[in-house]
Amino acid sequence: MDTLALATKPKSSDIGIDNVVLRYGKGDNAVLALDGISFHVVPNEFCVIVGPSGCGKSSLLYLVAGLEERTGGMISVGGKPVTEPGPDRGMVFQAYTLFPWLTVAQNVEYGPKRKGMPAADRRAIVEHFLREVGLAKFANHYPSQLSGGMKQRVAIARALANDPQVLLMDEPFGALDSQTRHSMQKLLLRIWDHSKKTVLFVTHDIDEAILLADRVLVMSGRPGQIKKEIRVGLPRPRSMDLVMEPNFIAMKREILELLKNDEDDEH
Amino acid sequence: MTLAPNATSPISRIVTTSVEKNQPGRSAWKAVATPFRAVSRPLSITLSVLVWVAVIGGWFALTYSGAVKEMFLPRPESVLSTTIRMALDGSLWEHVLASVQVVLIGFVISSIVAVPLGLTMGTYRVVQAALDPLVNFIRYLPVTSFVPLFILWIGIGIEQRVAVIIFGIFFQQLVMIADSARSVQRDLVNAAYTLGTKRGDTVFHIVFPATLPNVLDVLRVTMGWAWTYLVVAELVAARSGLGYISLKAMRGFQVDVIFMAIALIGILGLCTDQLFRGIRRLVAPWAN
Repeated sequence: MDTLALATKPKSSDIGIDNVVLRYGKGDNAVLALDGISFHVVPNEFCVIVGPSGCGKSSLLYLVAGLEERTGGMISVGGKPVTEPGPDRGMVFQAYTLFPWLTVAQNVEYGPKRKGMPAADRRAIVEHFLREVGLAKFANHYPSQLSGGMKQRVAIARALANDPQVLLMDEPFGALDSQTRHSMQKLLLRIWDHSKKTVLFVTHDIDEAILLADRVLVMSGRPGQIKKEIRVGLPRPRSMDLVMEPNFIAMKREILELLKNDEDDEH
Repeated sequence: MTLAPNATSPISRIVTTSVEKNQPGRSAWKAVATPFRAVSRPLSITLSVLVWVAVIGGWFALTYSGAVKEMFLPRPESVLSTTIRMALDGSLWEHVLASVQVVLIGFVISSIVAVPLGLTMGTYRVVQAALDPLVNFIRYLPVTSFVPLFILWIGIGIEQRVAVIIFGIFFQQLVMIADSARSVQRDLVNAAYTLGTKRGDTVFHIVFPATLPNVLDVLRVTMGWAWTYLVVAELVAARSGLGYISLKAMRGFQVDVIFMAIALIGILGLCTDQLFRGIRRLVAPWAN
């Protein structure tokens, strides 16, 4: 039970991104995907990056995860420079990435098992996180037997069960229908409230960004740059009704305007 | 005479419309004529039995009508009686066993090397770069042209037949398994990394289980090819086996024995195929 207490206790770090550059290709064919990105996410913060598709926001997340190599600049998590992927940075992907050969419980157990945690502790953790995402009854199902929303819930449970310092989320609800997406947003906020992980979340959905975030970073494309930082400041816990509030709408209008200017620049 | 067609056509039209109005018949036809639509189990069993009955019935018709001389096409019952006779005197089992042995040895040796090497080749670009050109060159060489060389090198013992089978299926297995390893979803591997999987463990922890259903399908298909190469090898140099008795039977004009050998290979192939399907259901239950 000690391990469970540890896993569910807040453990989160800051993310430092300093003048990060990402360039694909060489010579004349080189594409500048990210140009001098700098920001800092404090521990326990829910930070959302919103931007048009192809602006490099997902690439930035892959850089923090260590899944891609940056061309320049510095990324650190908990003060440690990022050089390769590691279990301290959990990630939920847009594509369904549950291991199809493992059951739901075995998927959630995967990270702790790699760490060499004893079976009894693993079981307690799996139970806890499956209950958190409301899928305790599906422990022995295979991913192919689940709906898209359920798969992403298991993916969130799997990432959290590994007790990462930060949680990276790459448009995790992008492939879901709008009703499922709303219930997933509610679920994520509830879980985040319990775990208080540092979250860096990427989306192109402006409502989603404002609804979830402590702070929204608006990104422009080609090359990707942070255009503006907006502190949301809406009280928590939040509900879907917020989308009707005047200050929500004001923020949405501001972000839309920023993204629209970006489009105009391109033409 | 001129009136007759005019007189009958309205009637026949009435008959056709009444048939068209017969909803059950029409919807049944519509159901089976719809692409990819499932058919009921009784229907599919009936159809497969009917086709077999037609093939064997055609065989009976050809032989009993005298359209084909018995020297070229034996009567069905003489194939059956030859099979029973050889099964009873034990010679049948000796040849079946000899063939099964060669196929299994060749298949197992080939697969034991091809599966891990194929997975490594599909996962690591360096291995692929090193092996791909060579493998793809050898893959297109006709196996049969190597039979004389193998006889020269390894003689006419069982090793020669095993070598022909290995040469026939190994490179095909390698390429197909490497292909399925290459098509493993990249984000599946990325997710594994973020959960603490070491780079060196990727093949065993991720690529192998992810491709297991595919690998079993590759093995099932190449098992069928192994039977083909077995007969090639046995026709040229062997003293036992189903290919060998076929060749001997040809010299003695025993067409019934040739037919028996062919049918047995078909049945053995069908059995191994079902066996592999069973194994796949058992070890990869998630892929059904």
